[in-house]
Formats: sequence, structure tokens, C-alpha cells
Amino acid sequence: MADGDLRIGVFVCECGSNIAGSLDCSAVTEYAATLPDVACAVLNKYTCAEPGQQEIKKYIKEHNLNRVVVASCTPRMHEPTFRQCVSEAGMNPYLMEMANIREHCSWAHLNDWDGATAKAKDIVKVAVARARLLQARIESELPVLKDVLVVGGGVAGIQASLDLADAGYHVHLVEKEASVGGIMAALDKTYPTMDCSI
Amino acid sequence: MMDVGRHPRINLLTYSEIDNISGYIGNFHVTVRKKARFVDEAECNACGECEKVCPVVAVDEFQQGFSSRKAIYMPFPQAVPSVYILNERDCLGHNPIACGKCSDVCEKQCIDFDMKDQLIEFDVGAVIVATGMDVYDPTEMDEYGYTRYENVITSMEFERLISAGGPTTGHFIRPTDRETPKHIGFIQCVGSRTQNGKGNPYCSNICCMNTIKDSLLLKDHYPDTEIKVFYIDIRAFGKGFEDLFQRSKQAGVQYIRGVPGEVFEDPATKNITMTVENTATGAIEDHEFEMVVLSTGVIPRNDSEVIRSLLSLSRTEDGFFMESHPKLKPVDAPTGGVYFAGCVESPTDVKDSVTQASAAAARTEILLNAGQISVEAITSELVPDTCTGCGICVRVCPFNAITGGDAKAKLPVEIVEAACKGCGTCAAECNFDAILMKHFEDAQIMAQIDAILDKDPMEKIVTFACNWCSYAGADLAGLSRMQYPTTQRIIKTMCSGRVDANFVLHAFEQGAPIVLVSGCHFVDCHYIDANRWTQKRVEKLWDDLEKLGIRPERLQLEWISAAEGQKWARTMKELEEMRQQVTEEEVDHTKQVLKEARLKAEAKKKAKESKPKAAEKAPAAAVA
Repeated sequence: MADGDLRIGVFVCECGSNIAGSLDCSAVTEYAATLPDVACAVLNKYTCAEPGQQEIKKYIKEHNLNRVVVASCTPRMHEPTFRQCVSEAGMNPYLMEMANIREHCSWAHLNDWDGATAKAKDIVKVAVARARLLQARIESELPVLKDVLVVGGGVAGIQASLDLADAGYHVHLVEKEASVGGIMAALDKTYPTMDCSI
Repeated sequence: MMDVGRHPRINLLTYSEIDNISGYIGNFHVTVRKKARFVDEAECNACGECEKVCPVVAVDEFQQGFSSRKAIYMPFPQAVPSVYILNERDCLGHNPIACGKCSDVCEKQCIDFDMKDQLIEFDVGAVIVATGMDVYDPTEMDEYGYTRYENVITSMEFERLISAGGPTTGHFIRPTDRETPKHIGFIQCVGSRTQNGKGNPYCSNICCMNTIKDSLLLKDHYPDTEIKVFYIDIRAFGKGFEDLFQRSKQAGVQYIRGVPGEVFEDPATKNITMTVENTATGAIEDHEFEMVVLSTGVIPRNDSEVIRSLLSLSRTEDGFFMESHPKLKPVDAPTGGVYFAGCVESPTDVKDSVTQASAAAARTEILLNAGQISVEAITSELVPDTCTGCGICVRVCPFNAITGGDAKAKLPVEIVEAACKGCGTCAAECNFDAILMKHFEDAQIMAQIDAILDKDPMEKIVTFACNWCSYAGADLAGLSRMQYPTTQRIIKTMCSGRVDANFVLHAFEQGAPIVLVSGCHFVDCHYIDANRWTQKRVEKLWDDLEKLGIRPERLQLEWISAAEGQKWARTMKELEEMRQQVTEEEVDHTKQVLKEARLKAEAKKKAKESKPKAAEKAPAAAVA
């Protein structure tokens, strides 16, 4: 499937000792460099930090990369970060793939150095295999309506409604009971100020 | 409270419930049921004439049942809106004319016995869920005698008895003899931090400080009262809290470490006695009080299930709603455009609720202010000329995003991209590879399977995990440093509904000893009910595998939520045990059987396709 022009950059993150403390990040990086279509494999202390991101951008330019694999934490944490990073370097964000070697590897296998290292290599290999087939995608923009629904008219719902209404937004505040106030309205005084709740 | 009633930009809908919410971040469609209150909200000026003539006497819920109200009443004096309400269950009605007295005296003719529930619809860009909490009911903790002894009350009841707006206008008296008690005991952690099945294991956060406040109120009003607080730990960690705790001690309130196992009533005096082990001194102490206050904990609201299922939210183990990230996104719901404020997320006091509410409002403003939001390019796309119009995708799409399709007329389906949420169930169910699931394409996932199994396949457990629940559950397991064997390899899909039967068969054909398909629990599915199709598909696969002489147990299906890190780790250990039972001979047999079956199916398909109209375009290549 590879079109021959693939140039993948793999960036392995140590995450301080969060990853490097339980597996051999250097070995993972060396292994990544041997995978098909990988143009460069780089080891970072913190890939998500500014210097780490700068390095990704630098390598994209220098090596003319067209795919990036970041082997670090869960994409639920930093996928937006790295998508943004590669797009700033002119790459389509959907051509970036993450390999989760922290939550799914180093943290789950704290006392199995060899096992965790072997698994991390595999996770990177799978991410590279997927990255080779990634396609550039364009996100569609949807309009956001300006009104807000607040469900519940206790102290939290009241405060949120007032803040938003004061900021100029139209709020629909829905309360199940016949009056707003919730639990707070039934309290005599509240701590730490010892003043009236209403 | 008053401000929300008169703010020009707040549409206040009281006595109203959410009937339905559909849509997605930036574009929710809301239906609210405004229940009939039988009093015209716009006209009622709260003159109170109706209440005077109402002959019905009912329990006043606001006063915790310590006093009575009429069938037509004001919920409490400061109610917003300041409008009467007629309780349908209490009212005698007027048809046939049984009463109708209130209606007769209402000069403004506000009372309408025929008022009906109204359905109100509107569109919003964001939703803040601030549905609050319930107070723990101590009835089940019979050892504290709440239902047997009148002089045992809860902290909520205490609030009404000490309040100037309460049934006794702030004169603190005990229920049995209306006398002001001189000796009052507080029992902490009632329904909180329990391990015996009664109550809840979590700390309710607010009860320590609430009791400290109560003790100071009592000392303010009645300086001579002897107050003893029985506690496990006093948690006074917030700003100004320790100061209040010290003030309470200085005022003479005694804090005794240890809670009673049981309390008893003296039938003659109606006093409450108890024996407590003081764990600070080791002494066994007897205490007698005229009144005992149970410091009851906070529990998730029992009616929050409606909003939970409408917005596809999840709960943490304690039953409160789960936030997007406990530290970094504490007021964001995992569902886009939805935010939390107050006790719906965890037990919070007034200050924390206000802080969260302002945070939720600010998070909402960021979204609204942007004016538009980009949607991940993870939607399905029709592959031109391959669709036969069979319509299976139309049936399985949870969002009605696919329409049309007529097999006889050879009309292909149409995919409405804006309505597609990207679960991929259509692509998994399509028998003709006519749907391409962007960013989760067949070829991409097959390449992942191949990469996992090209070396030492016997050592690998191929795991499909959905993005929202199971993948996040695996994240939580790691975050919590739960340890499990290194054999599992995860392939993420947005929904378990994306897991094509061919993926599973391909993994087995490539030598996988065990395959796991994991997704959200049924009620948690982020794509309404797409995971029901996952189950159907896996059940069919079990049948097919069995017919081919392959042990169906080697394909596992587990529902693991984002909050179930523990279940994830446990499942991985169990799968590892299963993996060790699988022999190489068994895997070799599987590989061979599946290969034969696949070649047979491919040949059959080819023959069928070349038969009727040979001139027609070539079918899409089989993915395997």
C-alpha cells in the first residue's frame, strides 16, 4: 500500500521518568528507526513541552516528513496538542498518529522492564503501520448557537445562569421544583461565613 | 435567587422537567415539559387570599414535615418566582364542584383547574448540568433509631428547627415535649464512609463543617447548651474552616473521636442514650442527650438518570457524574458542549458549587464565543458504485444519517455527513465494502492487526477498545498504576460498533490466540445504541466459529466503562490465563479452517458477481 514516498518521523517521549522509568526508551527509538518508511526516530524528554514540539516541527521541515508518530501518553490527553503542532508545520493533522506507551504500557507494567520495552516497541510498530495508511482529512466547521440550557436551579445552576446572562448570553434555566433555590434555600446559615443562605 | 427571576436574559422555567435533548455540541434541541401549576404565573401577585380559604391541610415538605401547608401554597416565603402553586394530589378540585374556594376568592382569576402541561422547545449551543444532590435517608441505619425515636433528627431537619423562617421561628425545641434541649449530640458520617453495605463508602465532604456551623449556631442562641460531636475524623480543610473548628471548640463544644454503635431511647424521659468507645483515650463512655442530630451525607440524585441517558454521560463508582478529566477538565462532561456545576459531579458545599458554576459558565463562554466548532473528520462516506442499496446501513445507523437505498431499483443509499457521528457501525455491517469510515478505514485497521501478529502471534491478545469507554478505562487502569500482563495490544475504534466481523476473523487467521472486543455498557454508548449491533455481531461470530470447530470462548466481549480501570486490569489478567490455555495446534487449525472458509466465500462471491451482468463494474476487492 505504501506509495514509496512515505517519510515517517517517530518521536518517542520519556515523559520524565513516567515512561523512561519502566522501559527502555532508547531501545524503542532505535527499533522505530528500523521500521519501514521511517525517516527518523527521535527521543525526547518531554515531547509535549515546547522544545519537544519545536523538535517535531524542525524534523518535519528538515526530513520533509509526511507522517508523524508520537509515542507518548494517551491520545485522549495530547492528541489535540500534537495535531496542532504538526499543522503549524504545514502537515494535515490527521497524518499524525499517537502510540500510547504510557497509560497502556509503562504505567501498567512498572516492574517488567523487558516486557514493557517489548510491548512499547510493538505499540510503536502498530502505530507506524497505521500511520502509513493515514489520509489527510479536512474538518468541517459547525456553527455554535448562542443560547444555553442550565438544568437545575440550585446554587450552582443559579450562579452559572447569572454569570452567562451577565456576559450577554440568553439562558434557559430549567428547575424541577416550583421555585429555584434547591437544597441551599432550606439551609438556615452556611459556612464559613455563617450568613443567610438566601 | 431574586436576580434569576428578573434577569432579562434568563428564561426561568420552574416546575419544569427536561423531556428530551437531541443534537450535539453547539446545536442541541431541547424539549421541556412545563408542568401545570394551575396558577397563572404571569398574573398571580402572591396576595395569599387563596391559601386562606383552602380547607386542605398537607405536609409542608420545605419545613421537613415539621409543619403544614395548604393544597394551594407558596413553596417558601422567598420563592422565585413569587407565585402560588396548586398541588394536584392534595387539592379537592372543583369538578364536580367539591370545593373551588380558592378560585372563587382570586380576584385576578389566576386559578385554572384545567391547566395542562406544556411542551416548550428551543435550541441551545451548550448545556450546564447542575441537577444537584439528594440527602442520605438514615432509615436503613436502624441502629440510630431515626424512625423509632422522635428526638433523633437529621441535619436537614436541624436547619429548619434553627431557622427564623422555620416552623418554630427559630426557637430550637425537641419534637417530643417542645422544650429546648440542654444536651445535644451530633453523630457524624451517617451514611458516609461506611463499609457495611448501609450508606456509602465515600466521604460526603460537607458534613463535618456543617456540624461545626450547627454547633456555633446553637452556642450563639443558647450558650449553656452542652454539645458533643461524635466523629471518625474532622475534615476542616478549606479556607477559614480550621478557624471555625477552633471557634467551636473554644465555645465549649466537645469533640469525641468515636461513633456509637447503637442509640437507645429512655421511654420515660424520651432522652437518647448511647455507649461510645472514645478511640482517643480508649475509654468506654456512656452519654445521654435530650436530642441527637444525625449528620447525614450526600447522595446522587435519584432522578438524574434521565439527564444522564439523554446526554450520554457516565457515572464514577460513587454514582456521581464523571467529569472529562479529574484534574484538567473538572467541569467538562465527556460529551462535548456539556458542563457540570455543583453536587452533580461530587458532594460540594456552597462555595465549591459557586466556584464550579462560574468555571462551567466560563467554559461555556469559550465555546459560545468562538461561534463555530470544527468537527472531527471521522464520518462515513459512500464508496461510489459499490452500494447495492440493500439498506442494512440505514437500519443500523443510530442517528438516521443514512437514507434511501433500494436494492431492486439498484438505488444507492445517501449519507448525510452532518448527521453522522462516526461510530462506524454502517461500515462494519456493510457486506459490500461500500462505506468508508474516515480515519478508521478497513485497510488501516487490518494493517494494525497484521503489525500486531506478524511476530510471535501466540504471545498477543488482540484487543479492540472503543474510544469513549474501554480505551479510557485502560487509560484509567494505567493512571491508577494497576498492573496487568504485557500481552494485550489495543486497537482503538470510536465505537465497538466499528469492529467488523472480518477484523476478528482476520486476527484469528493471522494466528491470534485470543481476541477481545470491548465497548461501553449499553446505557453508556456514545452512539445511542450502536453497541447493540456489536453484541449481535459477536453472537453471530460465536456461532460461526463454533460451526467451524473453533472454540468461541477465544473471542471475548466485555463492556468496560471509562470509570472501570479495575475491571480493565482484571479482564486482562483473565484473558492472559485464557491465552495460556490456547495451544499452537489449536491456532494452526484455526488458521487453516478460516483460510479455507475465506477462499470459499471469495470464490462464491466472484462466481455470483460474474454471472448475471458480466459487463458491470468490478466489485471492490475483499479487504482480507
